Order: sequence, then C-alpha cells, then structure tokens
Amino acid sequence: MDFSLTKEQAMLKKLAAQFAEEELEPVAAEIDETHEFPVENFAKMVKLGFTGIGVKEEYGGTGGGMLEKVIAVSEFAKKCMASAATLSIHLIAPHTIQDFGTEEQKQKYLPRLTKGGELGAFALTEPNAGSDAAGVKTVAVYDEATDEYVINGTKCFISGGARAGVLVIFAMTEPKMGTRGMSAFIIEAGMPGFTYGKIENKMGIRGSETAELVFEDLRVPASNMLGKKNGGFKIAMKALNAARIGVAAQAQGVADEAIALAVQYAGERVQFGKPIAALQGIQWYIADMATKTEAARNLTYYAAWLADSGKDFMCEAAMCKYNAAENARFVVNLALQIHGGYGYMHDYPLERMYRDAKITEIYEGTAEVHKVVISRAVMNK
Amino acid sequence: MRIYVCVKQVPDTSGVVAVNEDGTLNRASMQTIINPDDLVAMEQALMIKDATGCQVTAVTMGPPPAEGMLRELLAMGADDAILISAREFGGSDTFATSQIIAAAITYTGLNDEDMIFCGRQAIDGDTAQVGPQIAEKLNLPQISYAAEIKKEGNEVTVKRMLEDGYMMIKQQTPCLVTCISDQDSHPRMMSIAGINAAYKKPYTVLDFETLKDEPLIELDKIGLKGSPTNIFVSFTPPLKGIGVMLEGNDKKTTDKLASMLLEKHVI
Amino acid sequence: MAFNSSDIGAFENIWVFCEQRNGVMMNTSYELVSEARKLADERGSKLVGLLLGHNVEGLAKDLGGYGADEVILIDDPALEVYTTDAYTKAICDCAMDLKPEVILLGASNIGRDLGPRCAARLTTGLTADCTHLDIDMNVYTDFLKKASTLPEARYEKFDMEDVNLKMTRPAFGGHLMATIICPRFRPCMSTVRPGVMKKAPFDQAKADACVITPYKVSITDADLKTQVMDVVKATKKIVDLIGADVIVSVGRGISKDIEGGIKLAEQLTDAFGGGVVGGSRVTVDSGWLSSDHQVGQTGKTVHPKVYVALGISGSIQHKAGMQDSELIIAVNKDENAPIFEIADIGITGDLFKVVPLMIESLNEARASK
Repeated sequence: MDFSLTKEQAMLKKLAAQFAEEELEPVAAEIDETHEFPVENFAKMVKLGFTGIGVKEEYGGTGGGMLEKVIAVSEFAKKCMASAATLSIHLIAPHTIQDFGTEEQKQKYLPRLTKGGELGAFALTEPNAGSDAAGVKTVAVYDEATDEYVINGTKCFISGGARAGVLVIFAMTEPKMGTRGMSAFIIEAGMPGFTYGKIENKMGIRGSETAELVFEDLRVPASNMLGKKNGGFKIAMKALNAARIGVAAQAQGVADEAIALAVQYAGERVQFGKPIAALQGIQWYIADMATKTEAARNLTYYAAWLADSGKDFMCEAAMCKYNAAENARFVVNLALQIHGGYGYMHDYPLERMYRDAKITEIYEGTAEVHKVVISRAVMNK
Repeated sequence: MRIYVCVKQVPDTSGVVAVNEDGTLNRASMQTIINPDDLVAMEQALMIKDATGCQVTAVTMGPPPAEGMLRELLAMGADDAILISAREFGGSDTFATSQIIAAAITYTGLNDEDMIFCGRQAIDGDTAQVGPQIAEKLNLPQISYAAEIKKEGNEVTVKRMLEDGYMMIKQQTPCLVTCISDQDSHPRMMSIAGINAAYKKPYTVLDFETLKDEPLIELDKIGLKGSPTNIFVSFTPPLKGIGVMLEGNDKKTTDKLASMLLEKHVI
Repeated sequence: MAFNSSDIGAFENIWVFCEQRNGVMMNTSYELVSEARKLADERGSKLVGLLLGHNVEGLAKDLGGYGADEVILIDDPALEVYTTDAYTKAICDCAMDLKPEVILLGASNIGRDLGPRCAARLTTGLTADCTHLDIDMNVYTDFLKKASTLPEARYEKFDMEDVNLKMTRPAFGGHLMATIICPRFRPCMSTVRPGVMKKAPFDQAKADACVITPYKVSITDADLKTQVMDVVKATKKIVDLIGADVIVSVGRGISKDIEGGIKLAEQLTDAFGGGVVGGSRVTVDSGWLSSDHQVGQTGKTVHPKVYVALGISGSIQHKAGMQDSELIIAVNKDENAPIFEIADIGITGDLFKVVPLMIESLNEARASK
C-alpha cells in the first residue's frame, strides 16, 4: 500500500495551489459579493488544462482520473469554493460523454469542453425531482419524420446551466416506466426551444451561477441521445456517484484552509497576555479539526482510487461525500469560532467559507440520501 | 537556435528563515523555490520560443533534489534540462560556479544564434555575479538588468534598466542576458499537459567525470577549496529590539526620528 | 611581466571605481572614497580613484576632497557612454598593469554589471553588495562586538595580523550576515551598497593636493560588441514595490484629503532619497491608488529597507505583506493601532500634521550629512 502521490500528481497539486492563490483568491470575495461568474478565470483554467482532467488526450483532455480531479478541486476550494464547484461540476459533462458517448459524440463534444473554452453542465434535478429521480417530468417524444426528439420540461438548480455550451440532460422517453424510462441527451446552448429561467440568489458559492433551464419543444437530433434509449438512469447514477467524490474534494479543501487560518490566527491573536494558541481549549479544537479532516481526506482518496481502478465505488463515494461535508461544516464552524468576532465579519474569509461549506451537505445528494445509499449497501451485503 | 536558461533553487527567504546556533542557515527547515528572477528569465525565453519555436534548455548546478525544480521548468515549457551535480562542485563561489556552468554549456554546445539567459540575481546571495561571469568565461557579450528582449535573426534588442532610466542596446548573438521582472512579464504557470510531459523530456546529469577535462575547468578553482572567496565569519545580527513610540508629534519628535535614521544609516 | 593574481605580494594600493553618468559624479563614489580612506589608513597604503569617461577630467580633483591621494584618469571617447566591454577592458588592462590590492565599486546597476566581469577576467574573487568593510583586525573585532551575537570565545581564535579585506554583507534577505575574504588572489574586489557608507566632509586642501595621472588604454572597435542605441531618463516613476528600498504606504487615514495624502507620501519618499508609494487594501479598493501599489496578502509582499505606514491601522492581511521590512516606521492617530505592534518607530498623530514635519527634519538631516 502506497499513500504517496506520483511525481506528476504532486506537481499538479502544486500547480492547482498556485493557480488558486494567484488567480482564484484575489477575486473570491468579489464574486461572492457581486454574484458573478468569473469568466476570465474559467478561461485560464481551460488554458492550463484543468477542464480536461480525466479526459483522454485524443479528445483534447489532459489525462488522469478521479484522483487528479480531487487534487485540483480541493486546492481550488481552499481559496474559492465557487470556482472549485465550477470545475468539479463542469467535469461531470465531459466525463459522462466519455463514458457513455459514441465515438462521433466524443469527437464532436469533448474537445469543446476540454480545451475549447465551453462550460459543461449536468441537468437532472427538477422542482419535483430532487433526491427522487423517478419524479422527472421532462419528456422527450420521438418524431420519426425528422429523426429528432422533442423535449419539454423545466430543470432547476443547474450549476452553470445558463453559461454552459454543452449540457447533458435527462428526460423521460417512457414516462410510465419511471426511472427505467429515462434517457440522457446532449444538448447545446442556442438550440431553438432552449431558454433560461431565473438565476438563483444563493447563500454560498455565489460565484457559481445556478440556473433554471426551460425546454419548450426543444428539438434534439436522435444522434444526440447519450447511451441507450431508456438507459438514462444508469448514466445519471454513475455520473452522480463520481460527482459526489468531487463534492467531497470541495469539502476537503475548505476544511484544510479553515484549519490553516485558525492555526495562524490562534498564533497571532493575543488575549490575557498570550496567544490564544497557548490555551488548551483552542489546542483541542485544532486537534479535533485536524484529525477528522485527515480521516476525511483518506476516505475521499480511497473512493477516488476505487473509481480510477475500475472498481465499484458507489458506497464509498456516498461515504466520503457525507463524511467530508459534515466535517467541513464542523471544521469551518470551529475555525470561525476561534476567530471570534473577526470571523463573523465579512472582511474575513471565514464568513464566506462558512456559507460556502454548507452546500456540500446538500448538493449532489443530501446527507440523508447518502445515508440511505450507505445503509442499503452495508445491510444488503 | 537554443536559449539556455540558468536557474537556481533557493531557500524561500520571504518565509520563515531558521538559523543554526553556529550562525549558519538551517536549510533543511526551509522551503525551496525557484529563484524568482530566474523564473522571469525562463518566461522571457519561453516568449521567444512562442514566437520562433526555438529550443529552451534549463540549466542548474545543485544537489540531486534540484531535479524537482528542473521538472517544473519542463512543465512550464522548457524543452530539455541539464543538472550539473557533483560533490567536487559543492561550496563553489560565483567565480567557481560560473566556470563550471560555462564549461557545461560549452560541453553541450553553443552555436552562433544561441543565447544564455540568467535571472538578475538569486535571493539567497543577492550577488548578481554568476551571469556576467559566465559571459566572461565564454567570452560572450553580456547585457544585465534586461526588462525587454526582442530577437530578430541574429540580432537582439534589449531594454536595459538603470536606476534612473534605461538604455536600448543592440547585440549580435551569441550573448548572455540577465533578466529582471517587469510588470508585463509575469512568469507563466506550469500546464497540466506540461506536467504530463515533464518526466518524458530529455534530462541530462553532468557530473565531475564528464566535465573535468573541459578546457574551461581549472581544477584548482572549483568547489569550496578552489573558490577565490571564503566565508571568514558568518553571524546573526542582534535581535531587533521591540519598537519605540516617540513622544509627541511636533518638530522635536520628527527631528528625533531623523537623527535615529541618520544613526541607522537609512538616510 | 605576465599578470598573476595569486602572486599576492606584488599588489598594493586601494582603488575605488568612481562612477559618473553623463559627466555627473554618482554620490556613491564620494561615499566609497570616504570609506576607503579609512581602509587605506589601516593598511598604510595609497588611495586611488579610478575615473573613466570622456572629457571628465573636471570631476577628478573633487575625489581628492573626500580622501583620494591620486586619481587615475582614463579618458577615451569609447568610454563616454557605459558599455560592459569598454569599461571592463579599460579597468582590467590598467589593473593588470598597476596591480592594486583592493578594488571597490558602488553596487549600482552599472557597478554590479562591471564588477563580476572584471573579477572573472582578473581571476579573483568579488563580494557583492557589502555593507561594511575592514582591514585591521582590531577594528573588525570591535565591529563584530557591536553588530553580531557571536560569543567572545570566537574572537580568541582570530589571527590578529590578518590583512585581508574583510567584506561584510547581508545574506538570505538580511537574516544572516557573512564576512567574506579573498585570501589567495588579488585584487580583493567588492561592490558596496549605495547609501550605506558615510560621505566625509569635503576638504579643499586635499582636493588641491590630489594627483591626477592620465592613463591610456587601447579600445578598438573589435573590443566593442554591444551597441548602445539610446539612453533614456525615466520620466514617470515605475511602481516597483518589490525592488524598492523605501516604501511609504498610505491607508484609510488619508481619506479626508486623498490627493493631499498621496502627495505627502510621494514627498516623503523623496526625503528618503527616492522610493515608491504603496497602499493598503482600502486605498486600492476605493480607487485611490491603482492595484500595483497594493501591499498585503492580496497585494505584494515587500521587504524594503524602510517601510513607512501612514494612517494604516495594520490588519493581519496588511502586516503579512510588510512585516519583514528591515525598519518599520508608523504614523497613526490611534495609539492602539495594531501597526504599532510591529513598528520599530512609532509616532502618534495626524499624518497631515506629522508628515510635513518629518519631511522637513529628514531634509535637514540629509543636508547636514
């Protein structure tokens, strides 16, 4: 068993950390304030190859797999959770197309997503279909005359949805069959019948745009169906499982940074004649934060390793996401507490991190849904 | 056409600097970084590579772990790297170092259209000497403090900074240029594609055996023993006392300030 | 006779390269000559100024006024504008012929271009950017007692007859000091940090007595490989926070008169002999200064020789960017401002009142030097 990163992974970590510090951190507070997607920073991610992580080089990708994604996303999350979310969610689309697409689809769409500068999005959630994918109401009806599907419905809470050039969406092709009647499609921005609803005003990760997508007689060529007809649920689950590891990476990064800030502040903040770091109460906080965070990291890395080794990782993905997210909230809360009044102020990053961290317990499956997944896997063994 | 970029791995003096009890630097406790001015030199070379497609070679002298730095430079876009490493070379001062690097460059080959770029100075010693001394050993013209470098054919035009302005200098290759940072030449980062390629690019280690017979190497003038300069004493300055608050805020106070500054030679 | 740098007995006298630009002597040259006078006295040798240029004879006598016994004047059209090739050839040809024991240069951009090249050609060592020079061991030991934390026992091991030039300089960003010697080769060469050595009072009688020795070198077109097309004086000051020796930064305290506050900061840099204006985050966020002026965690990390904080409270973010400065001076109305925790010298008061007085005091002090 070898816990060390490869030389290339270590360099990737260094690059991601440098990028986060030099490009993401300077705008993190600003995009939180203005609620604006950092267009220039996304372009820089493309240029350095972050948007091609996990995609083969023949499709314009930069190779690597889930562990590389975890490394980059958690470094980003240290300095800007919104940007970490953007990268993490963007990668779902190219990975899903790579896993399930035809050669033609891969040739057509992957280079646009990996190096072409287009953002990817993944649209499953609907007003009445959150954790329960069977509740999807969007329908796709086949039109034999034109060999197209006509799609109608609404998707909500779609990260990057209004900015994305290429989206993977889900619609019912056999509505009566529930999840077994769902299919996946690749759609493009600008297709007639595809419009955007409102942009959500969120508590955290405000630099990542969350949009409502509206399909009104959206006509999609049948060749844009991803995978088999009625095979969408399997695709959605595989994509979500992978996405959960990405969320764990976000939670991991924000927890690491919170510890670093807490340690620094505790060393500098003098009360009653000595730095508060000298108080055992603070020391024990730090010990708890560090231990739980290290445990969370190892579980996340393990899930990523399973994914990269081609093994089943559904249960471990749910575990690492559930655990890392809960840990992030725990750690950021204590770090803010250690900062006292300063931590509560908008000028200090912890206030933002506290709001940002919360999302990791909610999106790509709530903690409660993960517990269902985990308990089923454990009890049905 | 080839540009050699001479780089150095240095302790990060902007971070925590630990000093041993005997007054020497505790290098083990410090982070190492690529010397900032050398990164600027690399960026200048890569900009010329972007425009001309020339070959960029990173060269360093140092212990084997310096490989990590060279791989990072390959990930930034350098084409190949040379590590000059031998116990016999350890402890060299600038005179000895420049002799060895010059020999390594002659050994590797320097053609008429080639150039050598260095950073202005390294943050550990701040000497700014190795660049000009490599140029002297190779009998090449040098341009130091270069902020902008343009190359057309075998002619380079350089903006050389002075404290109170600048000079525009024209120069035929081969030549050596030492680079300073200017606001437009922010060193690029590595790229992921570059990282994937970094361990596949040509990487050469030149040891003592390889270089010892080079005409530029004078065996009695390399390493700690051969270096012309020696450290006589190294020491830490007395700890900075806690600050003083000056009384009042009138002319008497500022006069007191001025006399303190005179005493400290800051004015 | 062939030149042999290891025949150290053949070398004598102390030379100072006296840099002039456009026929104007650099102030550092006078500082260096003044300091070298002490070294020449310690060594009992002659102090020689080395003046290169074209039609610059008029600058020579003044060097005597600061302590030079003799000035070697190399006057040649090829030396009118500085080029590495011509200056290196002139100095090295002359030094190989006359064999000085010591050559000092100012650590200006030109001195630091020229020094290493000459040292390599003369096959000798060079120590860069020195802040202190000694020859006599007693004088050196006294210096160490004051400036170092070395235990007394160390001094007992010294060879008190040592006559090498002892060149002391900061290393590793000033965290460590090192004294360097060049025992086996001559000349001992050093570049000296501008502004560190004190200029002696000018003595007209000594200036009159100074001997000027013209020296001819042959510089041919074949020696000159670089072509200087243009020399341009800077019109606008470049914002180089990282490289600046002096930074005067402003913060929220200038809000009642933004333009006036920035102007005062600029004038204060002038009173220090030149520097750069910086700003805290609020000054940049509010658009008072462009972002290249920002010091702090989100701006630049600086370690100048002098950092003056005007009306800056001293947030952790700001301190992270400047706390390693060699000398920190803070002016703030609030005596409890955190900036005073890391300041070396603090003044409580309104910057608009204190800074004009500071400028006055500094100018008077500099004039009296």
